[in-house]
Amino acid sequence: MPDASMPPAAAAPKKSSLSVLDARTRKRNAAETRFRMYGVAAIAVGLLFLVFLFASILRSGIPAFTQTVVDIEFVLSQEQFEVAESKMLKTGEYQNIFVNALESQLQDRGLEVEFDGKAIERIVGKPGGTIRSFFLENPDRIGTPVSFELAASSRVDGYFNGRVTRDTIVDSRFLMASDLDLVDALEEAGIVHGAFNWNFITGTDSGVDNPGGAGLGASVIGSFFMMLVVLFLSLPIGVAASIYLEEFAPKNRWTDLIEVNISNLAAVPSIVFGILGLAVFIQFAGLPQSAPLVGGLVLTLMTLPTIIISTRASLAAVPPSIRDAALGVGASKMQSVFHHVLPLAMPGILTGTIIGLAQALGETAPLLLIGMVGFVAREYPEGFLSGFTDANSAMPAQIYTWASRADPGFYEKAWGGIIILLLFLITMNAIAVVLRRRFERRW
Amino acid sequence: MPFTWLVLIILAIAAAGYVMGRGRALQSAGGDSRNLHSLPVYYGSNVAMWAIVPAAAVLIIWLLAQPFFINSRVLEMLPDSVVTEGSSIGLVMSDVRRVAEGLDVAVAQGAMTRAEATSIGTDDVRERLGAVGVALGANVSEPVLSGAQKYRSLTATGSAFMAAVAILIAAGGAGWAYSRSTAAFRARNTVERGILALLIFAASIAILTTIGIVFALLFNTIEFFKLYPAADFFLGTKWAPSFSGRGGASDLGVLPLLWGTFYISIIALLVAVPIGLFSAIYLSEYATPRVRGIAKPLIEILAGIPTIVYGLFALLTVGPLLVSMFGKDTVGWMQGGTAVMTAGLVMGIMLIPFVSSLSDDIINAVPQAMRDGSYGLGATQSETIRQVILPAALPGIVGAILLAASRAIGETMIVVLGAGAAARLSMNPFDAMTTITAKIVSQLTGDADFASPEALVAFALGMTLFVLTLCLNVFALYIVRKYREQYD
Repeated sequence: MPDASMPPAAAAPKKSSLSVLDARTRKRNAAETRFRMYGVAAIAVGLLFLVFLFASILRSGIPAFTQTVVDIEFVLSQEQFEVAESKMLKTGEYQNIFVNALESQLQDRGLEVEFDGKAIERIVGKPGGTIRSFFLENPDRIGTPVSFELAASSRVDGYFNGRVTRDTIVDSRFLMASDLDLVDALEEAGIVHGAFNWNFITGTDSGVDNPGGAGLGASVIGSFFMMLVVLFLSLPIGVAASIYLEEFAPKNRWTDLIEVNISNLAAVPSIVFGILGLAVFIQFAGLPQSAPLVGGLVLTLMTLPTIIISTRASLAAVPPSIRDAALGVGASKMQSVFHHVLPLAMPGILTGTIIGLAQALGETAPLLLIGMVGFVAREYPEGFLSGFTDANSAMPAQIYTWASRADPGFYEKAWGGIIILLLFLITMNAIAVVLRRRFERRW
Repeated sequence: MPFTWLVLIILAIAAAGYVMGRGRALQSAGGDSRNLHSLPVYYGSNVAMWAIVPAAAVLIIWLLAQPFFINSRVLEMLPDSVVTEGSSIGLVMSDVRRVAEGLDVAVAQGAMTRAEATSIGTDDVRERLGAVGVALGANVSEPVLSGAQKYRSLTATGSAFMAAVAILIAAGGAGWAYSRSTAAFRARNTVERGILALLIFAASIAILTTIGIVFALLFNTIEFFKLYPAADFFLGTKWAPSFSGRGGASDLGVLPLLWGTFYISIIALLVAVPIGLFSAIYLSEYATPRVRGIAKPLIEILAGIPTIVYGLFALLTVGPLLVSMFGKDTVGWMQGGTAVMTAGLVMGIMLIPFVSSLSDDIINAVPQAMRDGSYGLGATQSETIRQVILPAALPGIVGAILLAASRAIGETMIVVLGAGAAARLSMNPFDAMTTITAKIVSQLTGDADFASPEALVAFALGMTLFVLTLCLNVFALYIVRKYREQYD
């Protein structure tokens, strides 16, 4: 083919210049920009999800920390006290006294809203018991003005939080649409206002019908005891296992088997650990259900692989010259490890442990299976030892319990619980970061 | 004697042994520790070790064996007539144990003297125990009560023997080690061997855990397949457990659950893989160190968030949002907030950092020489990535995706809260469906009897899940490891 070696004479010589882009280069550059934009877009979408997630947590969870209270000062006379104590329904009588006092006070102030005692009763919830127990404990206050801050009913609470609005409200024996006018008037008068809900942080779980009184306190304690178990089991066991695997283990089938096992355990679904806990610790060993001890044991087994992997990494990061120097001055292998390598690796080990604990703190699925969900944590444990064995809930399990209750008032509590849980996690991770920054040595 | 006291006594023997062993070794060296083979500490530790370890081993074995021994002795004395219609020997034994524990509580609270507890009749035992807060379901029959009394006396004798034996062994071990604590004794070597044994034991706990998981699943799964045919479980297309307690009424086919699991995982991967992969590419190839230093930790925050948070996010935020977009007000595809789409989307968000950080590592492991070669031939950066780096990193990326898939299949909280409870075989991603993990939770958190197929099926589901994820993990780890070696 003689033609092939000759350029076709008809075609004009292609003009090309580095300063003028030809179509092909433009296309390639456009593809380059597009590809780069995909990357930017992917990161933007990921960050957007993060922002959206945190925004919805904060937006829905903050109201759980506030509570609407009715702030009222009133006098209980000795006579009223005696009458009320002689009645069959004592707390009901106190409530009547209170409602009457509030009603007359409001009339004195000249509120421009029509209302009756029933409306007040719907707004204040059930204050009788609180008032009675106060006067029974402080009989000397009878006859003097006492200022009470009483929780408003959960519907009124919802109205302030935007959960109940004038458009959505349905008249019921709990709250009528007309009551909202009264609530607004009371708010203007400064009698009804929002207050920080300490009960949510320190209180215990309420029954299924009282979202306003639900608190996370008892389950925080439950989580605390679980974390104690995890810390005191997984740290020594994890460190011992890592020292063996990293420093002493000969390379043979047995250690290979252990290594494969550990990397597989790290990827076993957490629910399977829950099944293990149910079958081995509760059914076989007969440990009590819903106990933080059992939860801690299950979470220990789950956390071990994490701790072993991070501990081995920090042991391996200690340079061999340290070991050689120790051996050189006559230390035994064991002494070189325990006296020199381990202390140097300690910051890394602690960092890994804290991160493992943070993971365990948020883990929910295994707790469902060992019975931490059916249990309503109404009480704090009585003492230190019973804190391990008494049935209790844990933070994530409590959040799940609230999320699965029918009353939407509990959803707000679940979001609030998540804020507290995330605060714990952020604190733990921050400690881990500080530890790493301050103490980690680069060799 | 309470168990804590026993432990304290053994520890006291060990502490005393430590001091004495150390002293004796020093004395035998004439008070000069330079004449000892090991440091004085090791002689003390050696005695303490010999006091604790054999005694602890005996205690553990005794505690494990004693219940079996006592059970069989009590069973021997129970007449056959005690097992009535609709009951079983296991239920009778648990009655016996409950009565025995009740008697213990009564004695401990001072509501009953020791003599009374062994001589009390069947007439008032229920009442007396009720008074101390031990509620018994029915009146106690004569054989059960005498069984319980026998159980108590055996337990008491057993515990006393155990304490005596354990203390003797502790003292004996300490004495033996003490007698050997002389200057020439190689105490350090012995102690270090002991420590090494402890380390090996700790490392073996990983194996014990795996064995525990496999046995827990296996035994209960076999139990389940005795009650329910395996073929119906694996090939059944209907999931409808009844909670009446009668096995015949339930349909326990795993296929709808498997389908739900895979459908949700596929949607999750469709979300996570493109976003995760492109972020990894951008972060490792394009981003300046500053951008990388900010964006990478931010994306990895998503991995540190507990799954319960994602579950709630799916149930309360994403679900209602999707309903408002695809619900009956607009196109009518979606009936409720819980759906495959809800769970899949949220799970995808959860998996983004998982895919991105694994892929990031793998892309970074591709040698710089390959990039330089490609640039030298005139390729643009994106051409280099698409035609050189990605093909080189492909096996590793596939491994990362498989690991993410295994994570998606085993994820529980998001599907429990976000996917719904109805098991169905449907193609519509806006239908509520359920998964293996969600059904494990619902079958085991009810009040179901553990011997019923409705509860035992959870173990078979767990076994399916375990085998599935294990295969995926082993395969993925194999690929990742093989790939890493290629460039090391």
